[in-house]
Amino acid sequence: MTVQGRRLLRPAGALAAAVAVLLAIHAASGRAADAPPSVEILNASYDPTRELYRDVNAAFTKAYRERTGTSVTVRMSHGGSGKQARAVLDGLQADVVTLALAYDVDVLADRGLVRPGWQARLPHNSTPYTSTIVFLVRSGNPKRILDWADLARPGISVVTPNPKTSGGARWNYLAAWGSSLTAGKGEAAARELVAGLFRNVAVLDTGARGSTTTFVQRGLGDVLLAWENEAHLALAESGRGRVEIVVPKSSILAEPPVAVVDAVVDRRGTRAVAEAYLRFLYSPEGQALAAKHHYRPRVPEAAAQAGRTFPAVATFTVDRLFGGWRAAQKKHFDDGGVFDSLFVNR
Amino acid sequence: MRTARVTPSLLPGFGPALGVTLLGLSLVVLAPLATLLATSLRGSPAEFLAAVTTPRVLAALKLSFLLSLGAAAVSALLGLLLGWVLVRYRFPGRRVLDALIDLPFALPTAVAGITLTTLYAPNGWLGKPLAALGVPVAFTPLGIGVALVFLGIPFTVRTLQPVLASLDPEVEDAAASLGATRVETVRRVLFPEVLPSLLTGATLAFARGLGEYGSVVFISGNMPMKTEIAPLLVMTKLEQYDVAGATALAVVLLVSSFLLLLVLNRLEAWAEGRRR
Amino acid sequence: MSAPRSREPRAVRLVLIGLALAAIGLFLLVPLAAVFVEAFRHGTGAWLAAVSDPDARHAVKLTLLVAAIAVPVNAAFGLAAGWALGKFRFPGRNLVLTLIDLPFAVSPIVAGLVFVLVFGRSSLLGGWLAGHGIEVVFAVPGIVLATVFVTFPFVARELVPLMQSQGTDEEEAARVLGAGFFKTFLRVTLPNVKWALLYGIVLCTARAVGEFGAVSVVSGHVRGATNTLPLHVETLYNEYATQGAFAAASLLTLVALAAMLAKAFLSRHAGEEAP
Repeated sequence: MTVQGRRLLRPAGALAAAVAVLLAIHAASGRAADAPPSVEILNASYDPTRELYRDVNAAFTKAYRERTGTSVTVRMSHGGSGKQARAVLDGLQADVVTLALAYDVDVLADRGLVRPGWQARLPHNSTPYTSTIVFLVRSGNPKRILDWADLARPGISVVTPNPKTSGGARWNYLAAWGSSLTAGKGEAAARELVAGLFRNVAVLDTGARGSTTTFVQRGLGDVLLAWENEAHLALAESGRGRVEIVVPKSSILAEPPVAVVDAVVDRRGTRAVAEAYLRFLYSPEGQALAAKHHYRPRVPEAAAQAGRTFPAVATFTVDRLFGGWRAAQKKHFDDGGVFDSLFVNR
Repeated sequence: MRTARVTPSLLPGFGPALGVTLLGLSLVVLAPLATLLATSLRGSPAEFLAAVTTPRVLAALKLSFLLSLGAAAVSALLGLLLGWVLVRYRFPGRRVLDALIDLPFALPTAVAGITLTTLYAPNGWLGKPLAALGVPVAFTPLGIGVALVFLGIPFTVRTLQPVLASLDPEVEDAAASLGATRVETVRRVLFPEVLPSLLTGATLAFARGLGEYGSVVFISGNMPMKTEIAPLLVMTKLEQYDVAGATALAVVLLVSSFLLLLVLNRLEAWAEGRRR
Repeated sequence: MSAPRSREPRAVRLVLIGLALAAIGLFLLVPLAAVFVEAFRHGTGAWLAAVSDPDARHAVKLTLLVAAIAVPVNAAFGLAAGWALGKFRFPGRNLVLTLIDLPFAVSPIVAGLVFVLVFGRSSLLGGWLAGHGIEVVFAVPGIVLATVFVTFPFVARELVPLMQSQGTDEEEAARVLGAGFFKTFLRVTLPNVKWALLYGIVLCTARAVGEFGAVSVVSGHVRGATNTLPLHVETLYNEYATQGAFAAASLLTLVALAAMLAKAFLSRHAGEEAP
């Protein structure tokens, strides 16, 4: 072999060694993984539930092992609610979905991944916890933002995610719209309020978490529209004294649903675990964890148990004001809907 | 320069090598892209046209094209400056700086995205003074432009460097001895030599910028009609269950990429011709 | 090579150098510094904790695994393309060259989207695969495919022009002297293009390790399963874990710096290979 040929061998040898080391690591990790008999399930969830499910998964794993002797690993995937439903639709092997709104589960039901009538299979419309939409403002509330009408005032900079992709943002939008309706002002006024609000929007992230980061860490905007739980988390993360929560007089009752993805659990044989996992959310321990993370539990005692108090808000539901999610989606958020017209005609 | 001829009698392996090439190309590139085209053609041409001409899609396309074009122009200017300084002048640290030019190419786009956003946010190192001057960068079209310029620099610099290095300084001396001022020499002698490569580099930067996602999505603010780029809108449409709209827009981007490649081929041939 | 004599006045030269330094500083050095400042904002301990977190470790492993598959595949493809397109001329050659370049110009989002369209559950092929329990998208195979796609041209782009400019004389001589195809290829062709090959491999590796857009479309973002390192950076960034995100980003930046060093070193040698 020529001198040149040998020079070539050195880097090539290093590369081969690196690959060999890698494969060894991989093989070792593979062996380690299948040592104890265990079940793995995947929970595809929306953005702001990361902290909640970290705790729930740990508690459920422990409780399930004690009860059945099986060790469960719950894997998580987080993203905008619509994005997650889309991924499941395209083949993401999620055993359960815990999404931001019922419409995204309905889409899965339409395609046969979740059985029809899924919402009646678990208590409370398959919503183990609820939330509402509140405002996060800069400390001292310098712009005096107290209720929905303030969001449409000129000179207010609003941060909310994009209703097209984020479930939370659709709740934000409907909360604003509904607040005007419940005040007895009618459709035209509601439309004007929401139009003014979105005229004031500075940044429209794709997911709720992106918006929170924009508001809290990037310092953009005067007010963030957020899930109550997300607002509390942001408050804790940013350190008190920089932002504060404003609860509007009326807001929407946000019901984030959970469901077993029947097509996936039947194929993987994980139905028992997946159903136990969702039922665990309704257990006293699950409810307390929800309350701890500022989701409003279905069992009121759980709030006290977790040491949380939730301010009273006059809430309205999507079913009552908008005729359910399918109707709301079609009228407001589908292409060519009200939301599009607000943006195009500005 | 010698070019290869078809010599099948002497050199073996043409068939198998071409077979592997075409098979790889078909499996990895052509079949998936053909699926995209086929999916987008499921509806009627009118539906396709309607999907890509909604105001929001047009705004995103306009934003993507204009910003990529502007960023390519700025990258080209920076490329001229950096290429010239790195090739023509000698100063301490030149080699290190020269190697650094590749950073935007080598750095993962997600890293570039979060870093630029952190730097140019209203409370960032660069964003704070700029915001004080009344120039918000992050979450505005300007922020997207900054990210695209960052991305484009290596393409223009690396395309220009070999040409600048191959320029014969004696030609410049000859022009000078014939009475041309330095500015005239640069304009009439150097610039025409460099132009094809300058355009090639700028087109590469443009093509890359048009499709860029990772480094832009964090800094853009994603406002429909204002700071929403076309690739992000593809994602958004997919996530709102609008597969037809997503594929239609993707096809527009794909066709643009292909046309840009054809332009690039022409430019490269022109540059080659000049150098001979 | 000696420095070419400058023809500009000293003042112009200094101003140009100053401007260039300012541009490089502002556009390249400041972001580079920011990555490490943010990564070590809470000290070395926090950095170590972030990069040794099980999810981070899994992301590193997955990223390396994907690169370890994608890079050799594309190196082999690049050599085949170099031989077929560099040493021979045939009708349609230019079209093939342009098509090889296509992934370079295609938006990563479009690249990801096409694989979801091909292998997603709603497609024919995807439905069939799902029926047989084979996962492609939202699993490791999809990530590998997307990575192979976006890095497809990198080796071929380096090898085809070089092999074309080197011509076929040496190979023909070897053949006349009785060498077979493999001997000719290994002893004559490969040594002639080795630096360009390594150069292409370095570019390909850097992009494979760092790919974000295409992979994010096909990954499904499952922590500890389908999150590559760039996706892990995004995940942490979205969890208020800014320091952790930058800690993971600093690892990727180190890979990028290594790739840049290797590229600078190799490009000097690759220049020698041009005839």
